[in-house]
Amino acid sequence: MSFLKIEKLKKSFGRVEVLKGIDLEIEEGGFLVLVGPSGCGKSTLLNTIAGLETITDGTISINGRSVNDLHPSERDIAMVFQSYALYPNMTVAGNIGFGMEIRGVAKAERDAAIARVAETLQIGQLLDRKPSQLSGGQRQRVAMGRALVREPQVFLFDEPLSNLDAKLRVDMRTEIKRLHQRMGTTIVYVTHDQIEAMTLATRIAVLKDGVLQQFGTPAEIYARPANLFVADFMGSPSMNLIPATLDADGADVAIVMKRDEGAPLVLPYAKNVPELAARKGEMVVFGIRPEALTDPDSADRNARHVSELDCDIEVIEPAGSDTFAVTRIGGREIVARLRADAPIIAGQKARLAFNLDKAVLFDPQTQLRIA
Amino acid sequence: MSADRMAGAGRSNKLLRALLYSVLILFAVYYLLPLYVMLVNSVKPLEEIRQGDMLSLPTLFTLEPWAKAWSSAQIGVQPTGLKPYFLNSVLMVVPAVTISTVLGALNGYILTKWRFRGDDVIFGLILLSCFIPFQIALIPAARILGMLGLAGTTTGLILIHVVYGLGFTTLFFRNYYAAFPTELVRAAQIDGASFFQIFRRILLPSSAPIIVVTVIWQFTNIWNDFLFGVSFGDFDSLPMTVALNNLVSSSGGVKEYNVHFAGAILAALPTLVVYIVSGRYFVRGLMAGAVKG
Ligand SMILES: Nc1ncnc2c1ncn2[C@@H]1O[C@H](COP(=O)(O)OP(=O)(O)OP(=O)(O)O)[C@@H](O)[C@H]1O
Ligand SMILES: [Mg+2]
Repeated sequence: MSFLKIEKLKKSFGRVEVLKGIDLEIEEGGFLVLVGPSGCGKSTLLNTIAGLETITDGTISINGRSVNDLHPSERDIAMVFQSYALYPNMTVAGNIGFGMEIRGVAKAERDAAIARVAETLQIGQLLDRKPSQLSGGQRQRVAMGRALVREPQVFLFDEPLSNLDAKLRVDMRTEIKRLHQRMGTTIVYVTHDQIEAMTLATRIAVLKDGVLQQFGTPAEIYARPANLFVADFMGSPSMNLIPATLDADGADVAIVMKRDEGAPLVLPYAKNVPELAARKGEMVVFGIRPEALTDPDSADRNARHVSELDCDIEVIEPAGSDTFAVTRIGGREIVARLRADAPIIAGQKARLAFNLDKAVLFDPQTQLRIA
Repeated sequence: MSADRMAGAGRSNKLLRALLYSVLILFAVYYLLPLYVMLVNSVKPLEEIRQGDMLSLPTLFTLEPWAKAWSSAQIGVQPTGLKPYFLNSVLMVVPAVTISTVLGALNGYILTKWRFRGDDVIFGLILLSCFIPFQIALIPAARILGMLGLAGTTTGLILIHVVYGLGFTTLFFRNYYAAFPTELVRAAQIDGASFFQIFRRILLPSSAPIIVVTVIWQFTNIWNDFLFGVSFGDFDSLPMTVALNNLVSSSGGVKEYNVHFAGAILAALPTLVVYIVSGRYFVRGLMAGAVKG
């Protein structure tokens, strides 16, 4: 049964519709990540769940109870803001204890709760400081502490790591994941960093212009993106998307891609797929992730369907653990991911293996995935 | 050669600096001269002023004029000195400044953090009140005070000054709070704080600079006001400024310049004190409002 459920949610600011009918649900203890480009409505969606923005239409329910008409403080949620929003005139302890103070919790009980949270987040030695005397990472912890101490049914995070430097961000990401595993509280988490989304989520919702593009597990979203937008947005380096034409021999389908020089590339795509074969001669977009396009030695031995082809390598980018090679197919720059010591030289031909099990096809008109 | 040039540059730099300072000092003297004249002549006996020039230091130092201006000079028909009127002014200014500042702060808080349909229009209208000249409001204000039974009372003057000051205080606080992070208010909402709790616990503690600006602004304006005071005041409520005018114009026969000077300084003293005590914040607060507005 779903714990947090959002149905047909719409939100307009004046005449501008920012959320255009969102349907989402997450089970108890789930980790839902909302991801999408800037301005797509992630924060707005989170704020409507928190009750900080009114909604225009639809329902939001938590644990089977509609919270549409409840004040933010009555929804049993806690929120961590992008700017941390620590009260500047209060100490760390004051910040964490403010909600309890407002609710009239006794001082002793409050102090005990603050100490407990400080222990969890290792901020015990900071309790008497003001927010202005803390580093970015410490502020982040205090903001989490203020949320943790409420022991809510749902945690809401709005880009909590975006103000941290790269190293700290990775550390805190792990820490959030650890906290989630330990407490098992439901979390809704906003980010525009797709790596954060992949690593943290049990479910990802990809948004664009206030419309839900795809809702699924990280693996589904990564392997079977619903449309070209999701394919391009999720994954880094992003999926190679190559204009191609479908060719068919009976029910067996092949992909034909133009090259600057020489004969077109022809890849046998799948056998015995009559629906696809019916599209013979149509334009498609062939999508393949860089790791599915590699040197023959690193190719997935379990893949049922690997094709090898010679390609002109334009640039190589060694990245330590892997080497990225750039080639050109169908007029696009295509990135392949090879093992670090693959014998490959820029400006020469190299043999690349296409793992067609992992390839997908899109209809360029509707932008939707067709296979 | 380059060292030569640098020395040359240094010299012309120094010259420029000297010029700049002389001009600034000249301006300072220009502005301070009246104050000097007032101070010096307020501690001289009257004969000395009549004989000598106004700029010389007193040969015979006396505080007599100050005592007289404060407690026994003729104001209008009564020899009360400025004391009772000083009290009137204090009784008028303190509540008027307090109330207008508090209301301005609440307006600013609502206009920025509890936005509602048409709030811009309301703010525009409030802002408009800053541009209405005093004179236009005199007769309607007199009518309203009469209808309320507040004509000639300190309460009436307080009401007028509060209403008139509200435009400015609202403007100050609105611009200041516009730059105040809304996420803090949201966090406090989730923590369950009420409208007034958020104001008192979250916004107010960060408002010191703008409170100082508003208080100075309101204090100076209300303390120095003459027109409303003379139009709506009575013996029990006439402010210091009007009394000073009466002092200067009513002592028939001999003009007691030394007493007038002492009285004028007494009248200006409170605003001066307010400036000196909090002037530092004034500039800082104005800048904050100006940049972030
Ligand atoms: N109070 C508001 N009034 C009018 N429009 C708003 C308001 N708040 C947000 N918007 C608009 O709604 C859209 C979505 O905003 P939102 O803050 O939810 O984006 P976001 O996905 O969180 O972006 P980011 O990644 O930059 O934080 C934007 O186009 C924004 O301009
Ligand atoms: Mg946002």
